[in-house]
Amino acid sequence: MIQVRNIAYKVREKYLLRETSIDFAPGTLNLIVGPNGAGKSTLLKLIAGQMKGGEGMVLYNKRPLHEYSVSEQARFRAVLSQNLEVSFPLSVYEIVMMGRYAHFNATPESKDKSACEEVMAFFEINDLAGRDYTTLSGGEKQRVQFARVLAQIWYPAPENYRYLLLDEPLTFLDVHYQHEFMQQLKVLLRSKDLVVIAVVHDLNLAVKYADNVTLLYEGEILANGTPNEILTIDNVKKAYGIEPKMILVEEKKYLIF
Amino acid sequence: MRTNKQYGTVYFILSALLVLLFIVSICYGAVEISISEITSAFGNVFSGNKGLTLNERILLQIRLPRACLCIFAGSSLAVGGVLMQALFRNPIVEPGLIGTSSGAAFGAALYFVLGSTLKLNAEWGLPFAAFGGGALSTVIVFLLAERKETGRSSVIALLLTGIAINALFLSCVGFLAYIARDPQARSITFWSMGSLAGASWYSVIVVGSVSIFCLLCALRNSKQLNTLVMGEEEARLMGVDVRKLKLTILFINVLMIAICTAFVGVISFVGLVVPHLLRMWKGSDNRYLIIGGALMGAALVSMADVIARVVLRPAELPIGIVTSLVGVPVFIYLLRTKKYYF
Repeated sequence: MIQVRNIAYKVREKYLLRETSIDFAPGTLNLIVGPNGAGKSTLLKLIAGQMKGGEGMVLYNKRPLHEYSVSEQARFRAVLSQNLEVSFPLSVYEIVMMGRYAHFNATPESKDKSACEEVMAFFEINDLAGRDYTTLSGGEKQRVQFARVLAQIWYPAPENYRYLLLDEPLTFLDVHYQHEFMQQLKVLLRSKDLVVIAVVHDLNLAVKYADNVTLLYEGEILANGTPNEILTIDNVKKAYGIEPKMILVEEKKYLIF
Repeated sequence: MRTNKQYGTVYFILSALLVLLFIVSICYGAVEISISEITSAFGNVFSGNKGLTLNERILLQIRLPRACLCIFAGSSLAVGGVLMQALFRNPIVEPGLIGTSSGAAFGAALYFVLGSTLKLNAEWGLPFAAFGGGALSTVIVFLLAERKETGRSSVIALLLTGIAINALFLSCVGFLAYIARDPQARSITFWSMGSLAGASWYSVIVVGSVSIFCLLCALRNSKQLNTLVMGEEEARLMGVDVRKLKLTILFINVLMIAICTAFVGVISFVGLVVPHLLRMWKGSDNRYLIIGGALMGAALVSMADVIARVVLRPAELPIGIVTSLVGVPVFIYLLRTKKYYF
């Protein structure tokens, strides 16, 4: 599990994230929501260890992240970033195999190859394996990147949980793939050693799929809990400055703007 | 695996081409040497026979070291290009970008102007001056590109500083050529266009061992280099120690390019064009680019050297002129006709 302890981050006296503590449990889908500039990406980057110079610390399996080496981190923690650009033509298979780089030395072992094949089958991108990544559509690219990231932590990590951090993974996906993607996350979460934290924009996707929602507002946690507790009319109005209506479908409270 | 087999064909074609060019390059030149003379020369060497004919001596003391030097110089330049393009994530980059070759050219120019006055050893003086200049300019680029706050140098800062320092050193070379007496100025000009005419077994051993060592180091890092296509941040998330990787790659490049430039002068264009030709052919996996680049660079420089020796026989053209004159049109043609990624 991940324990965030008193982390804060400021740029020139302006806090992007005020002192924050929060736990993320394995086997549950944790979604971070909030308006633009609320500190969602900052929080995720601090958890991933991508930003230096912040206060507080982040514990992975009760041990501070910076005590693990960079390559150790890569064997149990995978991150899907926003706006990934690939500067040279590489095949889809080569991109996915990059996820396994932390696990082998010179050439991929059979375990690495089977991880790639399984993960590509899971995302149904087998047909793209030989294609040049730079020629894919936005949605295809996103699925390939997701496959790469998942290949990185495809097998259980020895003596640790596995951690999957996703920064707006749904941006380039159409409605069909957005939902398919969330359902696939649910399938993955059947393995109880997986901790998933994702930043999303669509509140109704959070209502439908999240086990736990963290609502950020102006660099602070406004509320944290189950979607129906957190995404109330009052909270949404305070965070986004717009008042939603609510409808109840299958015992879930969806928001209409 | 499927992809390895694809690359196998490329390696085979390039190796065959290289062997062919190697044979051509030891046979043709100011005098022609036949295959039977080549075999008899080798026979004499192995039997310890000292009574060599003129052609046999030309072969053993001039042609063979020259052909070998072509191979090692070509590999160094092409692999340097592959490494720099991967590191800077930028297809316009060539190995001289971080100041190495212009610094080496400056060192060499300094040697031509001051060497005889200072009574420097002819065989060692030039390579040392060139290597010193190359290493010095690279260090300057590094120190200037480093940010005080973080102690790290960003790739963009390196790139821009490299361009600036390159311009500075090239104008220094121009200045030296301007104030030099005529024969010295000619030497500077000739050297800055590259030549393999000075090849000896000694230069083959130095350039060869450096390029083989650097090639192996580069291969060891090819996997990590691949991750840089998505940027340094992503590479770090995939478990790569980016700072160490950058230093290793830059060190390999400086060593390879400075040593190579020190012995053969500035050969332009090989480091830029070879990686691109390979990318057009089978994509951008760095392991493939490094192995393929070593073979293709060797073949290209061998070919250019044969042309440089043959067109104005018995005089020679500077090889840098041949690589540009032949390389540029071919490259532009390929860029315009082939479907490419940018």
